[in-house]
Amino acid sequence: MPEIKVTPLGAGQDVGRSCILVSIGGKNIMLDCGMHMGYNDDRRFPDFSYITQNGRLTDFLDCVIISHFHLDHCGALPYMSEMVGYDGPIYMTHPTKAICPILLEDFRKITVDKKGETNFFTSQMIKDCMKKVIPLNLHQTVQVDDELEIKAYYAGHVLGAAMVHIKVGSESVVYTGDYNMTPDRHLGAAWIDKCRPDILISESTYATTIRDSKRCRERDFLKKVHETIERGGKVLIPVFALGRAQELCILLETFWERMNLKAPIYFSTGLTEKANHYYKLFITWTNQKIRKTFVQRNMFEFKHIKAFDRSYADNPGPMVVFATPGMLHAGQSLQIFKKWAGNDKNMVIMPGYCVQGTIGHKILNGQRKLEMEGRSTLDVKLQVEYMSFSAHADAKGIMQLIRMAEPRNMLLVHGEAAKMEFLKGKIEQEFSIDCYMPANGETTAVTTNPSVPVDISLNLLKREMVLGGPLPDPKKPRTMHGTLIMKENSLKLVSSEQALKELGLNEHQLRFTCRVQLQDPHSDSDTLHRIYTHLKSVLKDYTIQHLPDGTVMVESIVIKVSSSAEDANAKVLLLSWSYQDEDLGSYLSSLLKKGLPT
Amino acid sequence: MKLYCLSGHPTLPCNVLKFKSTTIMLDCGLDTTSVLNFLPLPLVHSPRLSKLPGWISKDGSINLEKRELLDLSTIDVILISNYHCMMALPYITEHTGFTGTVYATEPTLQIGRLLMEELVNFMERVPKAQSATCWKNKEIQRMLPGPLKDAVDVWTWKRCYSMQEVNSALSKVQLVGYSQKVELFGAVQVSPLSSGYSLGSSNWIIQSHHEKVSYVSGSSLLTTHPQPMDQSSLKNSDVLILTGLTQMPTANPDGMLGEFCSNLAMTIRAGGNVLVPCYSSGVIYDLLECLYQFIESANLGTTPFYFISPVANSSLEFSQIFAEWLCHNKQTKVYLPEPPFPHAELIQTNKLKHYPSIHGDFSSEFRQPCVVFTGHPSLRFGDVVHFMELWGKSSLNTVIFTEPDFSYLDALAPYQPLAMKCVYCPIDTRLNFHQVSKLLKEVQPLHVVCPEQYTQPPLTQSHRSDLMLELQPPPMPYRRCSVLNLPFRRRYERVYILPELANSLVPSEVKPGVSVATVSAVLQSKDNKHTLQSVPKAPPVAPSKKRKRVMEEPPVTMAPKPLLSGAVPLEAFLATLQKHGITEVKVEETADGHILHLQAEDTLIQLEEDGTHIVCDNNEPLRATLRDLVLRFLQKL
Repeated sequence: MPEIKVTPLGAGQDVGRSCILVSIGGKNIMLDCGMHMGYNDDRRFPDFSYITQNGRLTDFLDCVIISHFHLDHCGALPYMSEMVGYDGPIYMTHPTKAICPILLEDFRKITVDKKGETNFFTSQMIKDCMKKVIPLNLHQTVQVDDELEIKAYYAGHVLGAAMVHIKVGSESVVYTGDYNMTPDRHLGAAWIDKCRPDILISESTYATTIRDSKRCRERDFLKKVHETIERGGKVLIPVFALGRAQELCILLETFWERMNLKAPIYFSTGLTEKANHYYKLFITWTNQKIRKTFVQRNMFEFKHIKAFDRSYADNPGPMVVFATPGMLHAGQSLQIFKKWAGNDKNMVIMPGYCVQGTIGHKILNGQRKLEMEGRSTLDVKLQVEYMSFSAHADAKGIMQLIRMAEPRNMLLVHGEAAKMEFLKGKIEQEFSIDCYMPANGETTAVTTNPSVPVDISLNLLKREMVLGGPLPDPKKPRTMHGTLIMKENSLKLVSSEQALKELGLNEHQLRFTCRVQLQDPHSDSDTLHRIYTHLKSVLKDYTIQHLPDGTVMVESIVIKVSSSAEDANAKVLLLSWSYQDEDLGSYLSSLLKKGLPT
Repeated sequence: MKLYCLSGHPTLPCNVLKFKSTTIMLDCGLDTTSVLNFLPLPLVHSPRLSKLPGWISKDGSINLEKRELLDLSTIDVILISNYHCMMALPYITEHTGFTGTVYATEPTLQIGRLLMEELVNFMERVPKAQSATCWKNKEIQRMLPGPLKDAVDVWTWKRCYSMQEVNSALSKVQLVGYSQKVELFGAVQVSPLSSGYSLGSSNWIIQSHHEKVSYVSGSSLLTTHPQPMDQSSLKNSDVLILTGLTQMPTANPDGMLGEFCSNLAMTIRAGGNVLVPCYSSGVIYDLLECLYQFIESANLGTTPFYFISPVANSSLEFSQIFAEWLCHNKQTKVYLPEPPFPHAELIQTNKLKHYPSIHGDFSSEFRQPCVVFTGHPSLRFGDVVHFMELWGKSSLNTVIFTEPDFSYLDALAPYQPLAMKCVYCPIDTRLNFHQVSKLLKEVQPLHVVCPEQYTQPPLTQSHRSDLMLELQPPPMPYRRCSVLNLPFRRRYERVYILPELANSLVPSEVKPGVSVATVSAVLQSKDNKHTLQSVPKAPPVAPSKKRKRVMEEPPVTMAPKPLLSGAVPLEAFLATLQKHGITEVKVEETADGHILHLQAEDTLIQLEEDGTHIVCDNNEPLRATLRDLVLRFLQKL
């Protein structure tokens, strides 16, 4: 039985470092190639030595697919392709291809230039890696080779995020990447058609959460920002440069306009302008409302939001600052956090998920004393708020996607083990399908049971469809008969006659003739008629004909009557049938031997 | 499989393909050349036009395809290849009982919407107090002057549709991406391919598991802004329907572009104005890009460029957001991120200005000499009418025709006499005959279907045998209203054998490398998908007690025996008989074989090359044994 194997190298019962290997129909595919934000050592990248101990990966992978530009999904890509070595195709959507190298470069700068790490990928490596990227369009069926095809679906989550459908023959797998089933202020909702994959590999970041309505969360967020501003405090919102940032910017921009607020809003790093530009050029990837109105008013041209300069952090008075990165693990957001942490008038709002090990994760867990580098500690006095704005599907959304795609098996990644366990139970109960949640390095194998595609001759098919009638009767299935010819790689189903002809074989007729003696005091023709009526009453489902040439035909079996010369009452019945009617012929001969009813 | 040809216009095709019980309309182009029979619709009152004797100007009417050929309400889907070929969509989706789906790419939909919106706007802003229809009566038409008298099928000329009809028609469009496979009723798969002609333009593949039809419409191999043409996917077609070749086979687009620029510069330098009647999308992007590079070198930095159309702004904006549909160079710019088309910079630096119409801001900001891009290229309606009236009297000014759809002489007719210079540089980037024959050699379709115009040289250049398609086998020509039987027979269909049944099959080798297995199965057909599954085991018949049955039940299963093949060799068969204790066999030679007389059993076996006949009375066990022995030597199919 064919099998599909799934092995997470990262994101197995964990969030971060997404990297999942899939073997399907003899093809090996790597889904995402991310880094882990919580580690600074070897554990940062997936363990590629699982694939091969020595050397390059090109021979072992048919393709690599990147679902979206977040570093926990693409951060290890240059390391994998340039340092470990992979020259095959890498697929990602156009926006991902555009934005991914910028974030990688950012990541590289922080790691190498600021932290002084060596043995890390270089700018040139990022460029070389991006040269191997083949852009994907939504819904386009890309033929990776003759057998392997992939198709991308809209995933919401961030600009350019995609789910992928991977198909080899009649086996298929869907990988969701990160997705969002509810449209937000700038992106639409994920969608997939009823593709019935053998396995649906889904993220499960919010496996146990069912979030309240988006509107409530937005109101909450605005209220908290507003209150802090009113009392003269500063609000820090750590974000990633692309994604949530734009959604929250749109939210604050409209709020500021409506309330006529004057406090400045800043956006850190030079990326904003550029980031917004990406949104303008890839506007077809945003939600319907923005797409419809972009000619009149482009939502990504902000009036109230200005670029941030490092010196502004010490300015007196209220302000709102969006700063990168989103988990407070490095960079500008961490610097500003350190400056503002001591004042209880200030507030930090964490709008997204924080990976274990980051400062963001620590303060969200209520830690109030942080150990910083150089043994100093930092007292956290400012208010810490968590607001789930990261666009992941919640439990409801995941169930909704399962209903959309109707997978035969479910596999959870990108979530915490305990939460997965809960969701797994729910899925198995509600859909009665198997649900797996392999840990990193653990392989899940799912056997598939593909049907065999065969070319049937149209003559045979039409013949059967006519016999079946316009309304097939489920109680009385009609069987069809044919000959399957297996030649090289082709499978053809034709009628037996055609098979003989096509193979250049002669037909061999096998016939049987049987004489049955019978005592019947009637004339020959009467006897024949008596046989006819007798058979008619016994064989209800068969065609029985009394032919004028003095024979009775049952299907294609011929029955003749003659009387012996001596005794006119001693009749001899002659039965003749071909091998194709063997069952019936044999039955008839024994039936007639028993005589005719009187 | 049949092809109904509803349009005779080779670049505005409208064909209907019936294939495996699906009815697919390929494009619905709107032939607007009939507007040339009408007088221009001026935006401002024109004393000259209104004083012309005889015929008052009427609404631009539109020529619609022949409808009597088939019931348009039976159309399942409409496939659109580019935005020029969808302009008749509202006529088909709104008034024929059409209930199907239209498939088009996103740029085709968006830009097509803009062009329709523009057309409606052009018509509606100059409402007619009266509209005449009586002239369409054949008796009256016969007495009309000029070309109108000879116009055919005037009763099919329709009034322009309304915006409401446009919106309703476009709401039936389902978006598709290149190489997306769309299943139609499980029977047919259609898939658009990049055709390289305009933003989102596509050729279509229509195929089942065993047959493939390619529909090539408006394709280009030149590198302009759209994604290059996908040629390799057209390979192995049974039939290739070829439409939308260049209308200007003798004009080289690059040369025309050069001529366009030099004429433009010359006029401006001499202090004149340049009028470019054009569509609001398509070649205009290339013209602007060309001018962007040309402006500085030609010292035109201070000359204002105006683009006037109700959809000018939208067209310019939309062009920038379709990165996926652009050529590689433009995609790379988007990655930077920069706008893919340089007209963004022209707008930013105020060199190019766009206005919805000549009214409003334009009238106050208008400076001469200048260059104006505006529609409609037929010169019968739109803002262009005003500029023709305004600039026609001065020989300093120039009108440059770039669109190939209308004869420029006919277009100019109502404006004569004209002092203005007229330059004709038609830019048509679609395939020319040379490129087409190279393409066909490459993709090797079994049959080519094309409009009859392509099978002979153009009327005006009858000696140019290079301006026609010469193929082996010759292409099948079609004309308006013809119905073609496409020359291929379907012989196979895909069916899926369910795993359980597949496992139960017993193949036997009949020849080296060829195996056969007899299949008895239940056929399930659902949504045009066929599956074979094992015959369910009949439930054991409950012994009925009501009536004592004298006889055993007749055999119920209809499972016929397989066909037999091969021959029974005499010697081996005799040896086998012997093994089974049948020793007294008298062999008699006949013309066709042998007769074996089993004397002890009084049974005859007739062995021949292509048949065996067993004559055996009253000894069923023996007959069964003999049967099985014979079967050992035969192959079962």
